[in-house]
Amino acid sequence: MSCSRRTFLAGMSAIACAGSLPRLCAQSAENPRRLALVIDLARCRQARTGCDLCRQACHSAHNVPSIPDRAHEIKWIWDEEFKRVFPEEVRPGLPPEVAASSVPVLCNHCDNPPCVRVCPTGATFVQPNGIVAMDEHRCIGCRYCMSACPYGSRSFNYVDPRPFLRATNADYPTRAKGVVEKCTFCEERLASGKRPACVEACPVQAMTFGDIRDPAIQARLASTRILRRRPELGTSPYVFYIL
Amino acid sequence: MSSTSSRSERLRGLTLVVAAALLAVAAGLAAWWVQLSRGLGITGLSRDVSWGLYVSQFTFFVGVAASAVMVAVPYYLHNFKAFGRLMVFGEVLAIAALVMAGLFIVVDLGQPGRVLNVLLYPSPRSLMFWDMVSLGGYLAISLVLAATALLTEKRNLPAQNWVRPLAYLSIPWAVSIHTVTAFLYAGLPGRPFWETAVLAPRFLASAFASGPSLLLLIVLVTKDKPGFDTRPEAVRTLTSIIRYALAINLFLLGVEAFTALYSQLPGEMEAWRMAFLDPRVGVGLWMWVSTTFNLIAFGALFVPAVRDQRRYLAFAAAMVVVAIWMEKGLGFIVAGFEPSPLGYVTRYLPTFLESTIVLGVWGVGVLILIVGLRLASTVRTA
Repeated sequence: MSCSRRTFLAGMSAIACAGSLPRLCAQSAENPRRLALVIDLARCRQARTGCDLCRQACHSAHNVPSIPDRAHEIKWIWDEEFKRVFPEEVRPGLPPEVAASSVPVLCNHCDNPPCVRVCPTGATFVQPNGIVAMDEHRCIGCRYCMSACPYGSRSFNYVDPRPFLRATNADYPTRAKGVVEKCTFCEERLASGKRPACVEACPVQAMTFGDIRDPAIQARLASTRILRRRPELGTSPYVFYIL
Repeated sequence: MSSTSSRSERLRGLTLVVAAALLAVAAGLAAWWVQLSRGLGITGLSRDVSWGLYVSQFTFFVGVAASAVMVAVPYYLHNFKAFGRLMVFGEVLAIAALVMAGLFIVVDLGQPGRVLNVLLYPSPRSLMFWDMVSLGGYLAISLVLAATALLTEKRNLPAQNWVRPLAYLSIPWAVSIHTVTAFLYAGLPGRPFWETAVLAPRFLASAFASGPSLLLLIVLVTKDKPGFDTRPEAVRTLTSIIRYALAINLFLLGVEAFTALYSQLPGEMEAWRMAFLDPRVGVGLWMWVSTTFNLIAFGALFVPAVRDQRRYLAFAAAMVVVAIWMEKGLGFIVAGFEPSPLGYVTRYLPTFLESTIVLGVWGVGVLILIVGLRLASTVRTA
């Protein structure tokens, strides 16, 4: 039944913009894997305050520069205040340790990503395993995806990032100025059988990564305190948070 | 009155304008070169406000281009002969505005050398693809219409038969360019200031006020020049069009404000508060001035003395252009980014280099406009 609704929606959007049908159908076909990340915020809060190991691991693995000017920052994963990430959860009586906590945010690898919909060159696209990927060589730097992402997960290289790298990981490319980049769910590490850098670096094992049908993921998702960022937008994020 | 001295004065004025435009183009090219070598970091753009002056100016000039339809509809569909001589002006203005719109996109790109990827990997799901199709098509139609209009005037022949269907086609096509441009913004989830179904109608209404105002200014400035004898009823009708368009634009603005502020939905309320009130955003005063200018010009155009006096009329038309340029050309786009998805407010202020690039694109527009109008004048006085 869900497929018929999907086909209907696909048909509607095909009328609006020809050519969308094949990709939507390809997505709804049976896929071996649909990758998801579950972040247990209660565990995350157990780490020492200011713990930033997931960001450090990610940013050094992917040659993400440290640009001091806030306007030109590149960020793949980083901490934000709870009230900024889940403003709709702020209410009287919210436990103060939750209200004061910080939450790691990253690309949600949405099932229905607006950034992919708006990209005029197909430089950002959905892979069969659900990863919203980025081809920085095809990107023309129009930044339409940044306007479309309702999570602020994308960064643009306003300046040449290379002078801002403290050390360079030779196994991962650096980027040029003028292109957009973001979290890739560590597809290069997955290819060699490793877990994402952030998941591996977490000292309190707050992150669980894997196929949405993996028992470990399923067990975590059975919680009744699961949050997703801005579910009302219909993007269907695949980064889940346990409150 | 000696015709030779007034002619030489005219030429001197024109030479000054051309020289200024060329200077602006040269400065713009130099600034763009700096941007190409150092990146878009030389602009006031940021991670949170990722579109600014370039994309805003693009939006405004797409509107100017679309407004040529306000001359085409009375002329072609209602056989309003007084607009006959205005048709060429309308098309020339549209061509200049379209070239400017295209240039504003090119200078906004982080990798302009890869712009052909839009054609190599066409992505019909992206509104930017449709914007390219509609703007490119409209430029082609406008070029053909302007050229045939000039040729028929030159040979003093009635328009060729195949031109008429093309002129009819240009009408819905003009509407489409600003509709698609509005869809660029209105189709994005989580940007409440843009996400409104009346955005495309409001874009059109504001364009149909600002474009004809610009045309009216051109008409009033060139009125006494040979070949530019616009009939008084053309000026009167143009003024009526501006009034109606302003009325619809103001009405739609009110409708939007009511829906956002009475429903008290937090996202909507916050977006309007950011645009008009929050000092951290920095466009509040800008938006108020724009709205006030719109209201004053609208009121003024009801006063017979304003409509009949060329000087006052020109002033009111200029107010409309400035008001809508302020709104579409900056305030509307910047306000849409506030607050960021994570609730941050980031001030956007165009830099000197960024503004110089914008000036350069204007220079190109002015040059195209002058060449087009001179061509028309030469053909008519020959």
